[in-house]
Amino acid sequence: MTVATKERKLTIARAMAESIAQEMRTDERVFVMGEDIGPLGGVFGNTRGLHDEFGSERVRDTPISETAFMGAAVGAASDGMRPIVELMFVDFFGVCFDAIYNLMAKNTYFSGGNVQVPVVLMTSTGGGYSDAGQHSQCLHATFAHLPGMKVVAPSNAYDAKGLMTAAIRDNNPVIFMFHKALQGMGWLGTEKDAIVHVPEETYTVPIGKAAVVREGTDVTIVGITSGVHHGIKAARKLAERGVSAEVIDLRSLVPLDRETVIESVRKTGRLIVVDEDYQSYGLTSEIICSVAEQGIPLKAAPQRVAYPDIPIPFTRPMEQWALPSADKIIAAYELMEKNT
Amino acid sequence: MKPNRNQKLWMYEQMHTSRYFEECIEKIYMEGKSPAFNMANGPIPGEMHLSNGQEPCAVGVCAHLDAEDIVTSTHRPHHVAIAKGVDLDRMTAEIFGKKSGLSGGRGGHMHIFDADVNFSCSGIIAEGMGPAVGAALSRHLQKKAGVAVAFIGEGAANQGAFHESINLAAVWKLPVVFVIEDNAWGISVAKNTSTAIEHNDARAAAYGIPGHFVPDNDPLAIFEVAGKAIDRARRGEGPSLIEIETFRLAGHFMGDAEGYRPKGEKDALYARDPIPKMRQHLIDEENWSEEQDQELVHRAHKRVDLAIQFARDSEYPAPEEAMEQVFV
Repeated sequence: MTVATKERKLTIARAMAESIAQEMRTDERVFVMGEDIGPLGGVFGNTRGLHDEFGSERVRDTPISETAFMGAAVGAASDGMRPIVELMFVDFFGVCFDAIYNLMAKNTYFSGGNVQVPVVLMTSTGGGYSDAGQHSQCLHATFAHLPGMKVVAPSNAYDAKGLMTAAIRDNNPVIFMFHKALQGMGWLGTEKDAIVHVPEETYTVPIGKAAVVREGTDVTIVGITSGVHHGIKAARKLAERGVSAEVIDLRSLVPLDRETVIESVRKTGRLIVVDEDYQSYGLTSEIICSVAEQGIPLKAAPQRVAYPDIPIPFTRPMEQWALPSADKIIAAYELMEKNT
Repeated sequence: MKPNRNQKLWMYEQMHTSRYFEECIEKIYMEGKSPAFNMANGPIPGEMHLSNGQEPCAVGVCAHLDAEDIVTSTHRPHHVAIAKGVDLDRMTAEIFGKKSGLSGGRGGHMHIFDADVNFSCSGIIAEGMGPAVGAALSRHLQKKAGVAVAFIGEGAANQGAFHESINLAAVWKLPVVFVIEDNAWGISVAKNTSTAIEHNDARAAAYGIPGHFVPDNDPLAIFEVAGKAIDRARRGEGPSLIEIETFRLAGHFMGDAEGYRPKGEKDALYARDPIPKMRQHLIDEENWSEEQDQELVHRAHKRVDLAIQFARDSEYPAPEEAMEQVFV
């Protein structure tokens, strides 16, 4: 007998808000603060409904004082609370970075594990809609480079809910990076493949475990957030010409599931890494290096499709030219074929 | 120091230019964005923060400035840029992302740079303040004339950069004026829920500098107060802090549903629109005629229309130009 499960498709924004609400109902230590996260429900919709349900004591609009409220999150978390703090745009973290990289990420270690800092930072990433260089960055590597912080970044609503729940329950600081183009806010356009079935009941997606979202044998395409969707689209097109691409969604940058990637590349012998963050010193080089260190025999030199090392330009022709895309992944594959 | 007739007319014309510019941008911004509103589409993509209503702050202050003086502005910069004398054609082309734009399309509306008139802006709250202090320091070290004015919103007064910059300017007695455009809202968050005191000019006392509050979005009063502060800076007596009670007639950005505003607020604001008030003042005090008014408004609109035509007619840059200008 099959049990009919009701399809309930949610956006990433809805999935995040649902996870937070469920955790707030069962854990009084959880509270939310940030700019415009109260009655407005977050500029990107991920706290919608929380203020109505929990009120302004537990869902707190802050002044534009990131240095203060990011530091406050560290203090509250160290004193037993579980703050969820929104940063709105990842580009804005500069003013409060000290509280993040010198306190949040290090206090556990400094205290020999005696102090826990269970903060969840939420921030939007990504461009593609001409919002220029202070509102479109990803900065994955900037955070992933710091020891002491977990970094998660979902590509779909199911993972978003499960990763958020896992992040809230984690005893370590976790930065939850959501890509604007996947968020499900109509005014930003939306990747439809990010809107998927999300169970109503609470569940976790383990932080640090990649997902093989499409199996294949000829090439491994590795990405995170938007990169996964470019990878899936490229894989569909490659399939039309008889090339079988495996697509891996890393889901988190820290911890990084190198094993899943390595296992896949052992099978396919070809690797393309996709990232919307700046190319140099980033995710793409970390993945390729991790594979190279294993000495796996490759059929072609690995390729990367990342953002060029330039500030993000405003004008549409420049920005669209610079962004990763399915076509660029296919071109990378063609280059590998040619050089084989 | 009250404005003379010419200064009043200059301010009035800049206000009309700025308002009409924003009205045009508002319309053009919506092109290609219906029926489904998607920020990525149309001739002006991305976020758009309009300054309708805040024109008095720009004109009352910039009336005292020359091209050599430095201005830093915010994510809502158009009115200040216009009053500072930024090249309107090239600024408009930049907002459209064209090659003829001030930055060849790299910056867009939140990143307007015109070195010819020492204007720049940034999308990060309060982050124009440090650079204004630094520009003033540079003039001091070079023994060159010029004051720096940092425009910020009231939300910026709760940033660390606000307090640090004012203290630094005060302790080094630099020629800077900090101007807070208090439009009462930081996106959806009301000033009285985010700021512990009613008026930020009171904070000047903490740094031993003069603080001024200008109520009711009044360009003539702003002119007087700004004149005093800028003269003080020019005399080498150090910085001042001004908070102006202004208002934005638009949302935070285009597409903002403004559900956070109390009912009736927008109507009440339009009733206080500074442009018709200024017009009435000119009629009452300066023997201003209907004919003269039409001529001035026509001239202001014409300038904007030409700038928009210039922007529309300009070419987009080649995509590969994205790689240029990272280093010089």
